[in-house]
Amino acid sequence: MARITASLYTSHIPAVGAAFDLGKTREDYWKPVFAGYDFDKQWMKTHKPDVIVAVYNDHATAFSLAMIPTFAIMTGPEFNPADEGYGARPVPTVMGDPELASHIASDVIQQDFDLTMVNEIDVDHGLTVPLSCVFGEVKAWPCRIIPFAVNVVQHPVPSGARCLALGRAIGRAIMSYPEDINVHIWGTGGMSHQLQGPRAGLINKEWDNKFLDRLIDDPEGLSKTPNIEYVREAGSESIELVMWLVARGAMADVVAGGAKPKVAHRFYHVPASNTAVGHLILENAS
Amino acid sequence: MALDKAFTEIPGTTVFDAEQSRKGYWLNQFCMSLMKAENRARFKADERLYLDEWKMSEEQKQAVLARDLNRCIELGGNIYFLAKIGATDGKSFQQMAGSMTGMTEHEYRDMMIKGGRKIEGNRRIGEDGDAQRPRKDA
Repeated sequence: MARITASLYTSHIPAVGAAFDLGKTREDYWKPVFAGYDFDKQWMKTHKPDVIVAVYNDHATAFSLAMIPTFAIMTGPEFNPADEGYGARPVPTVMGDPELASHIASDVIQQDFDLTMVNEIDVDHGLTVPLSCVFGEVKAWPCRIIPFAVNVVQHPVPSGARCLALGRAIGRAIMSYPEDINVHIWGTGGMSHQLQGPRAGLINKEWDNKFLDRLIDDPEGLSKTPNIEYVREAGSESIELVMWLVARGAMADVVAGGAKPKVAHRFYHVPASNTAVGHLILENAS
Repeated sequence: MALDKAFTEIPGTTVFDAEQSRKGYWLNQFCMSLMKAENRARFKADERLYLDEWKMSEEQKQAVLARDLNRCIELGGNIYFLAKIGATDGKSFQQMAGSMTGMTEHEYRDMMIKGGRKIEGNRRIGEDGDAQRPRKDA
């Protein structure tokens, strides 16, 4: 049967992708940001997944106001990096896993989450920046990737509690997949940032770090944080952090009352452009 | 069910909800059109002519022509859509965000390097933080 061995959490800042693509990773401004992902390159050597379910959001790239799905799973075979107005990022095509994705969709819908299924879509920085941070510069991504989009652009966006419960449902779905494969689930976005209005540039380090503490130790309690608190305390765009709860919900302790995950890596840095960078890797007990 | 009223009580912040989305529908969809190179070229060649092809209000068109992002947001724009105008102009997200704060580009970048804008005084309208004034004057 398929196993979920780890979850990974990271910001997905577009400027980080630009710095990566323009070869600026060794500049003084960017060096400490990318240093936070050095650990990943070693860790991946011994923990390489067969498939990643990557929870991200589309930033008015593939989904305009013409359609706004709350939860969308990408069931197609491949997804190209999107042109977001600056030209497409020069990174590999994302290869999906239509069989596992369809299994997850079918199982999760029968657990009463009404997912949208998407077969053709270009993926934006929300998905490709985390891949660059974790895997570095590669000719092909080293595993299959199932993008899973959450609406965090137009309010109301789903609550933390709903996202945690969704993660639990995805976890159950993956564990019932008959193939013996290693699956990781990623939550992306955040942390503190506000990109609009006179309050732009807001960073709340204390709140972010408490979020990381509680994500590790008390995901159920953290999931009850109302959406208004993210917006007020950590900036309007920090609401992306609800997506981290989807990934956390798929870990063994939340899905099946298993053991608490082990913290393999934790990193926090301010700033990258307008944003606080957070990064965490949690491992399930084997 | 409407959103919690508390969403309207944060200084210097507009929450993009269904009402804003309706108000800004064509403004935001115009922005989406700028993801195509050929549309960017047409827009740059004659901004007014291009804007007149869209069912936007005159106020929205003026706000775009003036690159007044705060006004665009007030009129229903969302930053992820408005960012396409910035991309067309060759601006980064940091330049766009900074332009809404009343700070110079250098001051804003400096503030971020020093740890960003503080939350103290900026949680609710009427407190004494640095994000309060522009909103109250508006």
